[in-house]
Amino acid sequence: MAPSSLDVVLKGSSGRNTRGLLRVIILCTIAAAAVSSRLFSVIRFESIIHEFDPWFNFRATKYLVENGFYSFWDWFDDRTWHPLGRVTGGTLYPGLMVTSGVIYHILRLLTIPVDIRNICVLLAPGFSGLTALAMYLLTSEMSDSPSAGLLAAAFMGITPGYISRSVAGSYDNEAIAIFLLVFTFYLWIKAVKNGSIMWGALTALFYGYMVSAWGGYVFITNLIPLHVFVLLCMGRYSTRVYISYTTWYALGTLGSMQIPFVGFLPIRNSDHMSALGVFGLIQLVAFAEFIRGYLPGKQFQKLLTSMVLLTFGLGFGGLVLLSVSGVIAPWSGRFYSLWDTGYAKIHIPIIASVSEHQPTAWPAFFFDLNFLIWLFPAGVFMCFQKLKDEHVFVVIYSVLASYFAGVMVRLMLTLTPIVCVAAALALSCILDNFLVASTPSTETKAKATTEDKSLRSARNPVVGIYSWFSKSVVVASVTLYLLMFVAHCTWVTSNAYSSPSVVLASKLPDGSQFIIDDYREAYYWLRQNTPDNAKIMSWWDYGYQIGGMADRPTLVDNNTWNNTHIATVGKAMSSREEVSYPILRQHDVDYVLVVFGGLLGYSGDDLNKFLWMVRIAEGIWPDEVKERDFFTARGEYRVDEEATPAMKNSLMYKMSYHNYQSLFPAGQAMDRVRGTRLPKESPQLNTLEEAFTSENWIVRLYKVKDLDNLGRDHSNAVAFDKGLKRKRATKRKGPRVLRTE
Amino acid sequence: MAPKRHAASTTSAAPSTPTPAPTTPKLSSGPATLKTNASAAEIAGHVWQQYASTTPQRTLLLDAFMAFLVLVGGLQFVYCVLAGNYPFNAFLSGFSAAVGQFVLTASLRMQTSDSEQGTGTSHERAFADYIFGSLILHFFCVNFIN
Repeated sequence: MAPSSLDVVLKGSSGRNTRGLLRVIILCTIAAAAVSSRLFSVIRFESIIHEFDPWFNFRATKYLVENGFYSFWDWFDDRTWHPLGRVTGGTLYPGLMVTSGVIYHILRLLTIPVDIRNICVLLAPGFSGLTALAMYLLTSEMSDSPSAGLLAAAFMGITPGYISRSVAGSYDNEAIAIFLLVFTFYLWIKAVKNGSIMWGALTALFYGYMVSAWGGYVFITNLIPLHVFVLLCMGRYSTRVYISYTTWYALGTLGSMQIPFVGFLPIRNSDHMSALGVFGLIQLVAFAEFIRGYLPGKQFQKLLTSMVLLTFGLGFGGLVLLSVSGVIAPWSGRFYSLWDTGYAKIHIPIIASVSEHQPTAWPAFFFDLNFLIWLFPAGVFMCFQKLKDEHVFVVIYSVLASYFAGVMVRLMLTLTPIVCVAAALALSCILDNFLVASTPSTETKAKATTEDKSLRSARNPVVGIYSWFSKSVVVASVTLYLLMFVAHCTWVTSNAYSSPSVVLASKLPDGSQFIIDDYREAYYWLRQNTPDNAKIMSWWDYGYQIGGMADRPTLVDNNTWNNTHIATVGKAMSSREEVSYPILRQHDVDYVLVVFGGLLGYSGDDLNKFLWMVRIAEGIWPDEVKERDFFTARGEYRVDEEATPAMKNSLMYKMSYHNYQSLFPAGQAMDRVRGTRLPKESPQLNTLEEAFTSENWIVRLYKVKDLDNLGRDHSNAVAFDKGLKRKRATKRKGPRVLRTE
Repeated sequence: MAPKRHAASTTSAAPSTPTPAPTTPKLSSGPATLKTNASAAEIAGHVWQQYASTTPQRTLLLDAFMAFLVLVGGLQFVYCVLAGNYPFNAFLSGFSAAVGQFVLTASLRMQTSDSEQGTGTSHERAFADYIFGSLILHFFCVNFIN
């Protein structure tokens, strides 16, 4: 009874419906799993925005929600980059903020009052659910097997490579951009397959959305033309390719130019020129095909050669002319650093200083993708076997993305989707073969061997798995791998990627959790105790957080467009007080913020980033700041008794260790990050005074002193206050002047 | 449905050259048979003759529109080169409107003129797609023109 009723459900037209329903249910479950696995941080900590950049996005979103779209578009922010300000509306990718603004207003319209912060926190998990669906669509285009899409969706939902940028609270551009990336590629594959204007136009629309959301859109801008170019080179030109590509390019380029930050880049910047070139090329190819319809082969070739020579000459000459005359901008710095990994270190320290721009370490691939990474080549190989237009796309994408992921850690994000596709293709093939393929019966086998007298290679080989043993072993091991993958993903997500980095957690000896909330304590102190427009100077990492949490103007922030300004801050931090004080005064600085981890052993503090400040400052003032001065004669970076004079006199060093020695018994002061014993004497600060130090000394705030009332310089004033006698006689060591009256 | 049928063929150059089969008889019987060593100008003249005699009326109309668009785009470009590109937004949106409309029309022409072996979309569907694409194109252009 049971098997027959099962047959009714699983076979025929009702079977198709059942399977469709099952598929929908599975997809919904996958989306739910994708969302819920990203909620570790909300459950463990609270609904809070993470890290650095998200704080700016959050602040911009609040501005958008409060002031409306048009004033957001024209927003001039005078509370960042202090003397300069920032034309924020024209220098950001508005897609993320507008998306959450729209969601906010829709929910308000439905009379669901939600705090905008909660929308921002949960936007990334929500979109990751959508990414899983888009992944299903994309992979289903690649394979006939119904399981491939579902596997890919599941992989995409929980793979750590994607979770790293989309946990709840990491409200960054990537949160929606990966969904848009995958969905744009899906639409593109659809367009190439169908050759219809509609799919091409939809691709262009989502491409425009992607442009508005993330600077990584350049990847699409180059990948799609490359796909078309490879297809052309393989002799696979067809009207479908022409229609989809030209529609996408014409509409997509116009769409991308609507974003003020992108503006004229698509026609000016070399990064976009490949798309234009392929656009021109495909016009020529189409025209040649058109002409060929009217001509026999011989004359056509003659005409073609002359045409190719003519256009190549014209195009090359034009390109050289435009490049020389400067109409087309040269390649951007980040682009160079993609090809030459040493480029940034030499020319642009500010790009190299960002940890996510470093080359990827090998273990990171296994850490982020687990067993997908070794299924990935197998999947690519299977694409080579079929090699339809869409499989060519997978091959190109995987080659490019593998390279880029090896160059920059953050580009692991663009590799992840294609790894999921390829791995799902490989795994679904294995599963289909070992679960479904039955043992061929003896008659068919006999028929195949006797009847076919054609070439052996042309014969259809009889394929089947014969023993139950091999079936069960393979299926069991695949299941085991899948289970291990899930366990690994959950472990990685919970341990590595769910820390808000605004709030730190540690374990007490008894195993209970200990929350370290120094950042918010200090920012809140700023918010409560300083005037509304007190200018805060800090290293640029903390600019967005100060703007978002303390709501005070900052000198520099994480939008690193002005290298000189950042170098100014670096110079102020790394120079002697006598040099720094005028800089602070000139920039109206009221408070200086440093992050110090010495007491707690928090390694991401400013003294560990200090060398980057020195390097960036040296890039602008090579005569005044020298990296060499901060290393001892033996080339060591030390903070203890043997630190170099430049190090000991630098503002950063003094601010970090000011009064620190008083915490310890005399002569026993320890720095727990660098593991060294500190000098007995605490460094003497003259031009700044300590304003606030947080509970665990992570954040220290200093107030910049005003000019002395009596016109003394600060070191004298401090010495006077301490009751030290002015030692005139010993101090004045200038040549004696004979009085002649 | 169409893509499967189509993408399966590895020799996809074949479906993209649909016209030669019907035109070859005319080519042999036509007035101007080409010698193998004809000059480029002769070949071009021959192509023109073939084109004028074999293209249906509706396609000719589309071609005329495309020629007009090339003219409009060319004029704008010449103006830009000669008189400077001062309202650059306006120039760009005007020029790209012409280019975009040109490629859309070319796509429509491809879909409608060889639908029997080509992409397999019906004429009505192709035209609806064309309208959809043009609407988006002109929306962007008007928005960009300042």
